[in-house]
Amino acid sequence: MSMTNPTIRVQSTDFDLTAEIATLTAGRKDIGAVVTFTGLCRDEQGALSALELEHYPGMAEAEMRRIGELAIERFSLVGLTAIHRFGKILPGENIVLVIAAATHRQAAFDGASFVMDFLKTSAPFWKKEHAADGQKGDWVSAKDTDDAARDKWQ
Amino acid sequence: MTVKLVYFAWVRERIGRQEEDLDLPATVVTVRDLLVHLTTLGEEYENALQFPDVIRVAINQEHAEHDEPIAGAREIGIFPPMTGG
Repeated sequence: MSMTNPTIRVQSTDFDLTAEIATLTAGRKDIGAVVTFTGLCRDEQGALSALELEHYPGMAEAEMRRIGELAIERFSLVGLTAIHRFGKILPGENIVLVIAAATHRQAAFDGASFVMDFLKTSAPFWKKEHAADGQKGDWVSAKDTDDAARDKWQ
Repeated sequence: MTVKLVYFAWVRERIGRQEEDLDLPATVVTVRDLLVHLTTLGEEYENALQFPDVIRVAINQEHAEHDEPIAGAREIGIFPPMTGG
């Protein structure tokens, strides 16, 4: 059986969830479950006007691919797409997309969750907040809860 | 040994540059040695790396622990904990 190859993209432009699912499932008859996760930019009750996403070009893609391959192997996924945006992102806009496909639902749910938990803690992206009052805000701090979410898979 | 250093997020902002080629003395063996060495290069480095335990490092674009040797590194990335997703 050939190993599933993840589709990994790091891009400044938006993505189309429906189109990405269609691409992943086109011509396939082995997929029984597709789970998607989309992460969006929040306005933090009006305090935030934008997020600026910085990334480490090259390493960001490589790390996302490594995480994707781990998920494919661990959960026997038959399809995986992970897309992460960079640059300036406004509240309401998309930041990240994960699509996990499997023969049964639990593997697809777990695969998508696993990819997100590892992506947050080890893919080289950093968020800077722009405040609604025009002030350039602070870099977002890493959360212990994200480390805990990742560690629960070990 | 000359190595390309690349900085990201607030490490980049505090050091005041995105990347540089640096000639490292032979006494710099591990990632931790490198972080300590950098803090001797000026106030901006000291400001960026004053809490080395929180700093993350990648050797040739792969995550590296602080006790890892840097021998053979072409590119070393230095950055804060990641906050993507």
